[in-house]
Amino acid sequence: MRGATRVRWAVGVTVVALTAAACGGGDSGGGGSSGGSGGGIVRASWGDPQNPLEPANTTEVQGGKVLDMIFRGLKFYNPKTAKAENMVADSITTTDSQNFDIKLKSGWTFSNGEPVTSDSFIDAWNYDTQLKNAQLNASFFQYIDGYDKVHPDAPGAKASAATLSGLTKVSDTEFKVRLNQKFALFPDTLGYAAFDPLPKAFFTNRSAWLAKPIGNGPYQISSYTKGSKMELKKWDGYKGPDPAQNGGVELRVYTDNNTAYTDLQAGNIDLVDDIPVSQLRNVKADLGSRYINQPAGIIQTIAFPLYSPRWSSANAAKVRQGLSMAINRDQITKQIFEDTRTPASDWTSPVLGDAGGFKKGLCGDECTYNADKAKQLISQGGGLPGGHITITYNADTGSHKEWIDAVCNSINNALGNNKACVGAPVGTFADFRNRITNKQLNDPFRAGWQMDYPLIQDFLQPQYFTGASSNDSHYSSPTFDSLVNQANAAGSTSESVSKFQDAEKQLVKDMPAIPLWYQNGSAGYSSNLSNVALNPFSVPVYNEIKVS
Amino acid sequence: MGRYVIRRLLQMVPVFIGTTLLIFVMVYGLGDPVAAMFGDRTPDPATAAQIRHDLHLNDPLIQQYWIYMSGIFHGDFGKASTGQPVSELLKSAYPVTLKLTIVAFVIEAVIGVALGLFAGMRRGRFLDTGVLAITLLVVSIPTFVTGYVLQYLVGVKWGIVKPSVGDGAPFNQLIMPGLVLAGVSLAYVARLTRTSVAENSRADYLRTAVAKGLPRRRVITNHMLRNSLIPVVTFLGTDIGNLMAGALVTERIFNIHGVGYQVYQGIVHNNPPTVVGFVTVLVIVFLVANLLVDLLYAVLDPRIRYA
Repeated sequence: MRGATRVRWAVGVTVVALTAAACGGGDSGGGGSSGGSGGGIVRASWGDPQNPLEPANTTEVQGGKVLDMIFRGLKFYNPKTAKAENMVADSITTTDSQNFDIKLKSGWTFSNGEPVTSDSFIDAWNYDTQLKNAQLNASFFQYIDGYDKVHPDAPGAKASAATLSGLTKVSDTEFKVRLNQKFALFPDTLGYAAFDPLPKAFFTNRSAWLAKPIGNGPYQISSYTKGSKMELKKWDGYKGPDPAQNGGVELRVYTDNNTAYTDLQAGNIDLVDDIPVSQLRNVKADLGSRYINQPAGIIQTIAFPLYSPRWSSANAAKVRQGLSMAINRDQITKQIFEDTRTPASDWTSPVLGDAGGFKKGLCGDECTYNADKAKQLISQGGGLPGGHITITYNADTGSHKEWIDAVCNSINNALGNNKACVGAPVGTFADFRNRITNKQLNDPFRAGWQMDYPLIQDFLQPQYFTGASSNDSHYSSPTFDSLVNQANAAGSTSESVSKFQDAEKQLVKDMPAIPLWYQNGSAGYSSNLSNVALNPFSVPVYNEIKVS
Repeated sequence: MGRYVIRRLLQMVPVFIGTTLLIFVMVYGLGDPVAAMFGDRTPDPATAAQIRHDLHLNDPLIQQYWIYMSGIFHGDFGKASTGQPVSELLKSAYPVTLKLTIVAFVIEAVIGVALGLFAGMRRGRFLDTGVLAITLLVVSIPTFVTGYVLQYLVGVKWGIVKPSVGDGAPFNQLIMPGLVLAGVSLAYVARLTRTSVAENSRADYLRTAVAKGLPRRRVITNHMLRNSLIPVVTFLGTDIGNLMAGALVTERIFNIHGVGYQVYQGIVHNNPPTVVGFVTVLVIVFLVANLLVDLLYAVLDPRIRYA
């Protein structure tokens, strides 16, 4: 019965959509992009990318969207399962988790006709690493042998080599990679945009390339007006298994996601991938089933400055566990975030899937609200240092104030002391980051981690391994480190994942950061579109979208 | 007259240097822009050091200001975070905002003066009270409220115009944003004109004009309006700068890629050259608009002379 109703409903929607499309075609005039000829165009909202559109220089999602459409790397993360699958690579083999033999599929080309060879990768990776090019993602190449020569870590040091000694070309379709340590999951990291190949056109004339990037993905850029819009059209010469299902994509820059949402309601745009907070109450009524809300590879935590004497004692771990249990995650995600966050019970993300290392409830009681137990643990640990704590956050973006206040409220209520916790705003994000990097904070601060590739390693190692690049807490545990090393040296992926989970269990004991919630990705689309989905990075899978 | 203009232009130099220095210090005081580039990730020290070196961030502030200013005189405003020269952004954004300002200015001047004139001439009557009540209402509602409400009603609910402005910002799409942007100033202009007209309608020279038997039209346009416009012109002149700067909110609501949009991007991406470059040009607009207003006084009132 229910099925039948749904079908009828769907038919109704389609009819309405068709009528709307028919009407829309006539008066859209200037837009001129909707409707039939050669597969429709998806008109989607966009933000101005923060950095130049180079693979290794793009750290945020807006630039990432474009790279996702115009590039394909050695591996590609399946949009549904997040599993890394071979794309340009034919095979990646190793016997010792340290030396990898990469064979490429033949026949791939860039959209300017240049073939994709092993040189396209080796030259790109060398360029990305070189210090003088100051690529923001250079550190992704740190496991490749010779990285420290091309990109010395100390500020002011000069590079003593221009190429990574760990990369050896065998033939046009084969090259070898030698790492400076064992890293079993290395092949699975190669789906990240920083590892994309670059055509010779990039090296001969970089500024022309940046004005209109050329890649090897399902789309090519037909026009790019910086700060305003980008038009991409389906590239017919694309060799991969996932060609575009639509004629192209038009990305329009919006400064205010409210305006983008209004344009969606008015039928001016087809796809909005960030629903404004103020519209969350209406979005289900406005869009119905055309609203997507699913976990993304982003976890938010409260991190502790373990270098500060306030938090470095052995007993302080109990206080941190107590604080974690004093936070009512269910209530906050419901009241403040309208269910656009999912309460966290481990330090990874549901997008990894069980096979990838996500384990619901790994943190156990320590991440479950229990006011009595919280009070007890904190007093066992010697009470809050100095009687009260602050939680530092940046006030300029992301409306963090609301939830920080809610977290503090929850802690205050649990402890029966309304002065136990207050929020401490910092004016700008840059200043906030500076204080963290310069170890100026003595009390917990908000932290967020957006995964680079869907691997448990990426959630744990950069943040909690001794001396790791984003270990803002300066957490150091020999047990954790040795388990991570074992995981990296493991023979198989599943063995590696289970070792990483063992390491994660150490975080429950030490609680260097309190997991709060997984951030969801959201999107809404017009009735012109079908088959819209978000990938594990909460970016719409543009090439699969069908336009009616 | 010529000497007066030259003197005023020379006075602009220290004002210009002072304001840009202040803006420069304030913007660069926001914090290290390099930290924000990496997002939540801790920057790797070598890359960060290289970027700081490239952007001269290690030099003392006054030297950075010197480098920046000497760049400006060669037409080099630095680079935005996307690697695009700020001068290119200026070229693409200012015409758009200028168009919006013109639309808003015309709406404000024409409707504002007309409303004020009618209200002033029918002082105490129904029309006058009506104008006073409506302008009070407009002044008390913030721009972003009128913006969002109009956008929703006209753009979505009734579907009369597009809720956002398309590429290149054609004039016909700028009418709604222009109305929103002009709203508050329009109310001020109407009230200023009304008071001024009401006052002058009892002036001696006006009675003389009527007594001479001049046609009513001529009395109103040549004698009453011309004399009543001096305070209004002062307001309108300074308002050009305000409209351009105030477009920040309106441009965001209607997705117009003008000055407000670029300044906002510059602040969000923590990119000082963008912010300083755009505000510097705004400073010049303010200075020039002020000079023009002062010169207009002499045209309107022959008693005012500049030597």
